[in-house]
Amino acid sequence: MYDVAKIRKDFPILDREVHGVPLVYLDNAATSQKPRAVIQALSDYYERYNANVHRGAHTLAIEATDAYEEARAKVARFINAPSPENIVFVRNTTEAINLVAHTWAVANVGAGDRIVVTEMEHHSNLVPWQHVARVGGAELKLMAMTSGYELDTSDLDELLTPATKLVALTHMSNVLGTITPVAEVVAAAHRVGALALIDAAQSVPHMPVDVQALDCDFMAFSGHKMLGPTGIGVLYAKADVLEEMDPFLRGGEMVLEVTYEDATWNQVPLKFEAGTPNIGDAIALGAAVDYLSALGMDDVREHEVALTRYAMERFAELEEVPTFGPSDLSVRGGVVSFYMSEIHPHDIGQVLDQVGVAIRAGHHCAMPLVRSRLNVPATARASFYLYNTEAEVDALIDGLNQVLRYFGDAASKRA
Amino acid sequence: MQLPSELDDLYQDIILDHYRSPRHQGLLHDPDLRGEGFNPFCGDQVVLTLGLDGAGRIAEVGFEGQGCSISQASASMLTGHLEGKTLEEAEALVRTFKGVMQGGEFTPEQEDDLGDIVALEGVKRFPIRIKCALLGWTTLQDAISAYRKTRD
Repeated sequence: MYDVAKIRKDFPILDREVHGVPLVYLDNAATSQKPRAVIQALSDYYERYNANVHRGAHTLAIEATDAYEEARAKVARFINAPSPENIVFVRNTTEAINLVAHTWAVANVGAGDRIVVTEMEHHSNLVPWQHVARVGGAELKLMAMTSGYELDTSDLDELLTPATKLVALTHMSNVLGTITPVAEVVAAAHRVGALALIDAAQSVPHMPVDVQALDCDFMAFSGHKMLGPTGIGVLYAKADVLEEMDPFLRGGEMVLEVTYEDATWNQVPLKFEAGTPNIGDAIALGAAVDYLSALGMDDVREHEVALTRYAMERFAELEEVPTFGPSDLSVRGGVVSFYMSEIHPHDIGQVLDQVGVAIRAGHHCAMPLVRSRLNVPATARASFYLYNTEAEVDALIDGLNQVLRYFGDAASKRA
Repeated sequence: MQLPSELDDLYQDIILDHYRSPRHQGLLHDPDLRGEGFNPFCGDQVVLTLGLDGAGRIAEVGFEGQGCSISQASASMLTGHLEGKTLEEAEALVRTFKGVMQGGEFTPEQEDDLGDIVALEGVKRFPIRIKCALLGWTTLQDAISAYRKTRD
């Protein structure tokens, strides 16, 4: 039984007030809050067994190494990776994607080749590919979005030519909530011999994700959006792909044997983890994965679908406030981007903050999507997570009514 | 739920008035100076154009922009204080305003001179919005700097 009230007690921050009113945290697509178990795992590591990993024969080093590698195994199980060796710890989604761009793509994408992304990408899954295409002389093509804010796969076969080397796409848009048909796109990529990378920053925290079922070659996501700490993220890749890839950063830990002239590489995945890794945050990410697994990702998803459905109903009461995103909740995550034509999102966010409601205002690191496809300078965005409630949606809607009244009043005072 | 009065410091009537009805709207066709400012944080944009008279004083001002109320109102207020000024005087005005946004105070004399601009002082209580308030002003400074470079 999914008990939100009980879940909320695990998150100390949800008790706090801002401006004298209870915090209503609806900025989860930016980062999630952390349960006590995650905070505890972090302090346990630093208070009880802080040591460097994969070296040193002392007890603390062994405990730290075991905990670090156990976290890798937990992450692997969480996304149904075949082995912990498919998991490379990085800082965040952006670093995971850049790792692929600077290693695999540099070796495999050249003049006349093609990279395909979608119109819905976050800058982190767009800008690295712009660079790869520019440096290698390849072309960067876009999969379009339908007028219903879903991914348009109708011209997939024309878009994915034999020259296509990589298809990189978001699993869930951080602006629209759109869940894309990744399995279909991955299969189409493989038919033309291309590899597929999934930006799962918004999907892995919110729904069950199975990398073997999707058959993707790469997947990138961040710990901090899934109850974990900042500074730890994950690159998943298929074993044979990781084996053939060059290292990203070079130095300690990633080597096997070093002479003054040359070096050989450590085994996968350590080959990609040069220098002392982010041990404490990786271990805490393991605790986050435990927390999510105990709740069950099917139930988390179901809770968020119900909450989004309720939010859509409440938004429909506000005539002045159009929302962007698919109406079919089976292809939509818990994200509601909205717009008030006369009131800039930044002003909306300011007024909401005064009544305790935290949302995001801006282009959400997806400037081309917001400005060229949604055709607005910015949107305001509420994004939900496993601890949000219908009462919090009500607080948002109340806040928006205040925004409308405030700016309406202010305008009429002038007249 | 009642909105706290701090918001009224930020969104004073005069600011909302400039936001709804910005002054000096529209760009000059053949400006002597042109500047474009962009605040990636919230997507605010300001384009500012200036025309000079024979004596090098600002004779005409036109601006266009989109963005939050603070960025647009502040730019609109700025345009009302430029005509008749030399570029040096305009720069001095920018320095004064920046100084106040960064923690200083207007002198009583400046308050008399600047009139409606003084209303923007309330923005200081909302540090995240200072960048919005400064956008038009830094755009003006950039336009003047670029103009000088072409004349060197």
